Amino acid sequence: MRWLSDPLLVVEHLTMRFGGLVAVNDLSFQVGRGDITALIGPNGAGKTTVFNCVTGFYKPTEGRLALARAGAVDRDAIEALTRSSARQAQSGAAELFLLERMPGHLIAHQAKVARTFQNIRLFQGMTVLENIMVAHHNLLMRASGMTVLGLLGAPHYRATEAWAVERAKYWLDKIGLLDRADDPAGELPYGAQRRLEIARAMCTDPVLLCLDEPAAGLNPRESLELNALLNTIRDEHGVSILLIEHDMSVVMQISDHVVVLDYGTKISDGTPVEVRNDPKVIAAYLGVADEEELAHVEAEIHA
Amino acid sequence: MDASADSKGGAYVFKEAMIAALITLALCTPIIMFRTEADQNTSKLELIFRLTPVLVFMALAFAGRLVVLALRMRPARVKAVPSVAPPSGIRAFFTYVIGPLGLLFLFAYPVIVVWWLGPSGALKWMDSYGIQILIYVMLGWGLNIVVGLAGLLDLGYVAFYAVGAYAYTLLATGFGLSFWICLPIAGVLAALWGMILGFPVLRLRGDYLAIVTLAFGEIIRTILINWTAFSGGTAGISSIPKITFFGLVFADRENSFDEYFGMDYSPIHGKLFLYYVILGLALITNLVTLRLRRLPIGRAWEALREDEIACRSLGINTTTTKLTAFALGAFFAGLAGSFFAVRQGFVSPESFTFNESATILAIVVLGGMGSQIGVALAAVALIGGFEMLRELGWLKTFMVDYFGMTNFDPAQYRGLLFGLAMVVMMVVRPRGFVSTRSPSIFLTRRTAVSGDLVKEGHG
Repeated sequence: MRWLSDPLLVVEHLTMRFGGLVAVNDLSFQVGRGDITALIGPNGAGKTTVFNCVTGFYKPTEGRLALARAGAVDRDAIEALTRSSARQAQSGAAELFLLERMPGHLIAHQAKVARTFQNIRLFQGMTVLENIMVAHHNLLMRASGMTVLGLLGAPHYRATEAWAVERAKYWLDKIGLLDRADDPAGELPYGAQRRLEIARAMCTDPVLLCLDEPAAGLNPRESLELNALLNTIRDEHGVSILLIEHDMSVVMQISDHVVVLDYGTKISDGTPVEVRNDPKVIAAYLGVADEEELAHVEAEIHA
Repeated sequence: MDASADSKGGAYVFKEAMIAALITLALCTPIIMFRTEADQNTSKLELIFRLTPVLVFMALAFAGRLVVLALRMRPARVKAVPSVAPPSGIRAFFTYVIGPLGLLFLFAYPVIVVWWLGPSGALKWMDSYGIQILIYVMLGWGLNIVVGLAGLLDLGYVAFYAVGAYAYTLLATGFGLSFWICLPIAGVLAALWGMILGFPVLRLRGDYLAIVTLAFGEIIRTILINWTAFSGGTAGISSIPKITFFGLVFADRENSFDEYFGMDYSPIHGKLFLYYVILGLALITNLVTLRLRRLPIGRAWEALREDEIACRSLGINTTTTKLTAFALGAFFAGLAGSFFAVRQGFVSPESFTFNESATILAIVVLGGMGSQIGVALAAVALIGGFEMLRELGWLKTFMVDYFGMTNFDPAQYRGLLFGLAMVVMMVVRPRGFVSTRSPSIFLTRRTAVSGDLVKEGHG
């Protein structure tokens, strides 16, 4: 129950409307620090929309997305920050961010939320190593004195770049692509591209990694490797993970906390076991239409 | 019918060709076969029957159809899709052979020309070939930052060239500032305009961006034409101060460069100096671009060209990244414009038409987007080639001697030949001279990335 005792991200009353269509309706949930949280639901339930709101690609119509990068979330601090016009605040050890007030690139850069995409978005014409170097952009930009010092070949910049290359090597080794570091990313097989996208996101030093269907299109063996990779990321790097996934074997095996969406509303929230036994979830997935039938299904389950 | 041509025999091909010839006959009968001419003496209309041209056209159609069908019937070549070009391939050739040799040649070019043709004979080769081409090389390299690296299609690049040229002209004629002071100012002013253009167009992509930049180029030109008090209107501004060498002018008078160094006056000295100035400016452009590609900002430009959304998710500020590309490209255009004004001694809006933008863009595209050497070669081929077509005196003699075409002027066919060459080029090498991309960093080996994988950018 870490998502209740020590939440990293607190989503409250998130609503996203596109014209008359309500994609996400008054959604509230919490992401625990150090947890792997899965966001599941049938197609069109609004999962990716939630992701786009969290990572700043959409501005939510309503709602608050509070992220406490370090230290426990202080309710009063969130309220105080909300009343001010600022987008971030420091209260003790905790660094608070209101994601709905930040543009996308700052969410990645300052609030440290990284993401991958449902349809892989690698820089296909750049090599595997270059893809990872781009992820070090802000770090290297600072080291290169906003390009000026880098243009003059300052030693500090060279040292930082060498450090970034070492870290790239570490991650490439981790995802088994070290020997393909100099190949164009667009040439990698599908599964390798997915892993590279995750490694690239990890190189932005995130506290929260959002993965949009990381197991889509992977074979069972690759799925297992992915589970191991995600566990490593969580355990060794202390990064919390929020993922959308349809592959229930992945969801049930690795996640600590599952949130279920249907038609933009939360229908269930709890541990994988709780969610698996929730009649509303079963109904949503099996497509039961009305309340009577729901009661019927419930009765059947408890019988 | 054509798709199944390969399954049919020679009789089918012959029949097809005959049909083509007959269609030609039918078409030629009303158009070519008869000609009316007024008789000189009686002024009566006479009908002249012309069979020969009709037969020629029919033969052409017959042969053409034969060739087309024969080509179709060849077994289709299996096209290999090499995604990784070997490092020993054309890329390495361009980088390690053409590059250094070309650089050496650029420095030696004036010496060779002067030694060969003498000081007065070399003037034309210094000016309309050497200096002219180098200006376009520099413009091509500048635009390459915007189009080739950042993937932002800019059709109004000439506007910044104009800003640079007028900045020097107005500062020099109005305030008497020297070229060397005005040069950086012109660059900074152009960069400023690059940012001013950049802000409103940041949200636009692809075709929309192209249209707005095109409009921006036209706005600048229209302002220069109509704001007569500021820019002199269509008449332009003449008698712009010439370039100086530490305060020494290149002219046949007191206190000039030639006199100071105890030489007799020769116009070639000024040209040589201009040549080395533009060579230096172009090489600075190249050096800066090459270094920037290896810095985070350069990688961010290329990443922006590949996928803008992924860039945002990695914390890259796409706004500033685009603006820096626009500003830097404009900066180099400003420098080139300033040089153009000092070399020409006269500026008018006529030098900054859309045609110029199109030429510079053609250089970048023909060279292979993002490739420095490719762009330089394309500038030589395009600008040098265009000038070279003026020199086709031998072709004229040939046509007069053998075909009796007394009023044949090859210079009039320049555009045609040129367009043809471009079409052929784009068919043979659709991604330009250098179609592969060289990675900015590597661990063990530098593999060239095939042009098929590299995106052109989307705005």
